Amino acid sequence: MLSTSKNNGTLNRREFLKSSSGIALFIGASGIFPALISCSDSKKIQEQFEKHAITAWVKISEDGQIIIYNPASEMGQGSMTSLPLIFAEEMDADWTKVKVEFSPQESETYGSPGWAPGSKMMFTVGSRTTNSYFNTMRTAGAQARAILLHAAAQNWKVPVEELSAENSVVSHNGSDKTITYGELIPYLVAVETMPDVSEVPLKASDKFKLIGKEIPRTEIPSKVDGTAQFAIDVRLPDMVYGVLERGNLHGAKPTLLNESEILGMEGVIKVVPYDYAIDVIASKLEQALKAKSQLKIDWSSSDASGFNSEEIYQEYEKIAAQNQAGEVITEEGDVSNALRNASKVYQADYKNDYVYHAQLEPLNAVIQVSEDLQNAEVWVGSQQGMDTKLGVPGVLGIPPENVNVHLQYLGGGFGRRSLSDFVEECAVLAKEVAPKPVKLIWTREDDLRYGTYRPMSLQRIKASVDSSGNINAFSHTVVGDGGNLVASGIQNDHYAIPNQFADWRSTTHGIRLKHWRSVGHGPNKFAIESMLDQIAYDQKMDPVDLRRKLMANSPRALATLEKAVEISNWSQPSPEGYAKGISFVEHGSLGTGVCEIFLNKETGEIKVNRVWIALDAGTIIQPDNVKAQMEGGIIMGISSALKERISVVNGQIQQSNFNDYSLLRMQDSPDIIETVLIPSGETPQGVGETATPMVAGAIANAFLQLTGKHLRHMPFTPERVLEALDS
Amino acid sequence: MSSYTLSVNDQNHTVEVDKGTSLLWVLREHLGLTGTKYGCGIAQCGACTIHVDGSPMKACVLSVEDFSNGQKIKTIEGLSENADHPLQKAWIEVQAPQCGYCHSGQIMQAAALLENNPSPSKEEIKAHMNGNICRCGTYLRIVQAIQLAAQNQ
Repeated sequence: MLSTSKNNGTLNRREFLKSSSGIALFIGASGIFPALISCSDSKKIQEQFEKHAITAWVKISEDGQIIIYNPASEMGQGSMTSLPLIFAEEMDADWTKVKVEFSPQESETYGSPGWAPGSKMMFTVGSRTTNSYFNTMRTAGAQARAILLHAAAQNWKVPVEELSAENSVVSHNGSDKTITYGELIPYLVAVETMPDVSEVPLKASDKFKLIGKEIPRTEIPSKVDGTAQFAIDVRLPDMVYGVLERGNLHGAKPTLLNESEILGMEGVIKVVPYDYAIDVIASKLEQALKAKSQLKIDWSSSDASGFNSEEIYQEYEKIAAQNQAGEVITEEGDVSNALRNASKVYQADYKNDYVYHAQLEPLNAVIQVSEDLQNAEVWVGSQQGMDTKLGVPGVLGIPPENVNVHLQYLGGGFGRRSLSDFVEECAVLAKEVAPKPVKLIWTREDDLRYGTYRPMSLQRIKASVDSSGNINAFSHTVVGDGGNLVASGIQNDHYAIPNQFADWRSTTHGIRLKHWRSVGHGPNKFAIESMLDQIAYDQKMDPVDLRRKLMANSPRALATLEKAVEISNWSQPSPEGYAKGISFVEHGSLGTGVCEIFLNKETGEIKVNRVWIALDAGTIIQPDNVKAQMEGGIIMGISSALKERISVVNGQIQQSNFNDYSLLRMQDSPDIIETVLIPSGETPQGVGETATPMVAGAIANAFLQLTGKHLRHMPFTPERVLEALDS
Repeated sequence: MSSYTLSVNDQNHTVEVDKGTSLLWVLREHLGLTGTKYGCGIAQCGACTIHVDGSPMKACVLSVEDFSNGQKIKTIEGLSENADHPLQKAWIEVQAPQCGYCHSGQIMQAAALLENNPSPSKEEIKAHMNGNICRCGTYLRIVQAIQLAAQNQ
């Protein structure tokens, strides 16, 4: 069915050819830009169509160039390659002719299935990208292929069943006729009846030519010559600069004492007060920063006033000791009864301090609001959100369709860029100086002190063994602020323990919090895996044998354990002064990691020397990229387990930059991180957050093997290590 | 405001800025050479590493007036003609970057090493590169890339 709309000038340029359930084909006025759009609602498609010159998953030009849209953020995890690769696989596109661009930020068109049934969203969080887009991209790619084949069949007047496609070339099996996708474009325009592509067959995995192969990442060349554009690199004519002073007490309200002095400084355009900060807008960045340094601000007290992060652990212990349970997360069997009748009961507390994202590109955005304040252009590195317009419409009081978000590469995300506070902040400034564009930059000090941290928490675990030495009860209480931020990962889905209980007990301190790579899995897996090794050590069992028993009902988890044991030569003793520790994590994918550590008993310094990981992530799209995620995840895990720590005194954040907030550097990094990927044809699972939470448990377990002592408070700073050795 | 003439990537550029302005802001915001990144502002992370007369330096803590006397400044944009420095090729071959934000600085720091020491040991590489932070944790691949470039150059 052909329908044409000539409502306005925009639509006059094109024809709206076909909308069946899930597919539409758009033809540009010149007839050379057919595009596919996956959307079930034809009205929405039409709306999309009116907004964008061409909005779809793919554009093909007559010279064979193919542009495939990436709907996800690129923050180093590889979405700029993995998602278009899945599309190209099913489209049978010539990958060497593919160029990747970010899609528009329209979740109805470009979203993957959201958390609510039937919903769609564009949100690069929780390691969900490949997993949630796998079927979406495959189907859209197969639909593109079906339409191209249909056009060729019509042109040649042969049944479509007689055609095949490979590398952007359609072949007729009954003759020697071939035609490239680019050459098909004129015939696409002439297609009068469109095939129903709502249900297209997908390739069998043994036919994959791109998925699972070593394909280099598309955007890496731009990251070695300085041309990759991050939002902080955007420069526009007449652009001005905004910086905010936020203090170091979260929630404190500022009173500016020297506004006229600041307004008199060279280049200063405006001073804008926020509830929690004072902003300076200036013509040049250095002028804005200079004025910021001269601000005299009186700060109010806040909910965080009086809070001391070191002392609060005593309160946490009291909360953990209360009989009243908190919010119950897991309850299987009868833990109390099992503990009472156990052969031996173990109890320990594990602690973790606040940690900071430290993405290397500080938060920033560039926004230009039109003179009539009715439209906005936004350049930002964002992990997106439930609101794809990142809060800007709300700030400006305009409809979402009047906001155009230009997604840029992210200089690290790790969860921090899933909160749009900095984008909304920039929108306020852009409104103040409209129609001039404004670049908002958080200094490193702003980014760190006004950060949103992984919460501190205390984990109390009680576990018991029966007379045969089998673990029969496991009770896990987490105390801390933020619900799932401290509770994620507390379940033991792959350990067969008949009686289990887990609860979260709430605290609050007025400190800003957010998801930090792997969220609560870091502290929770540390506690769980440490307790398992404590029991094994006391029962004189091999920690691997103990986990083998627990994983008896979970063959995929067990396979990662066995593979890690094999590649790490687990049974072979480490050299003098070294020891190995093991840890298992599920976070979408399943992984077992082994860390070999070296301990300097004089200084208390721990060095992770070698790491081995066996991972089951289902179908692997880009094997080398998955390994890179394991390497990065392990390094971040070591950094947070050994070094990273935000402390709070009287509500004030004590650290300010990388001089007092230490990150792992090259000399402290392992020499080898070896990853083995378990072959699988299952649905792909996320890989970005499985390695990080393995590390602390594996280090603590290696330390136990080496010294007979326990490390139970992250980070394992030299002081804490020496204290453990003396205990 | 004062006028300063800088030699950057073999071209002279004149800028009007206040004395004391960081060379990093001059390069990025005034000259548009945004390959050099801002990470910390206190010479702790190395994202802003450039070469001054061949030596690697952290642009964020340099004042413009001290580097407008004919010193030869080189940024990532001037490292090679066609992004074909042996390090850049090796960086792509081992797929070193993740988010990539720190990698201009990493490559500039590494380039200075290979200038003076064409075949550095692993320990020499690590010691030389220790001032450059990579939050994505690409350190092992950076070492590999430098070793590969040393072999290939």
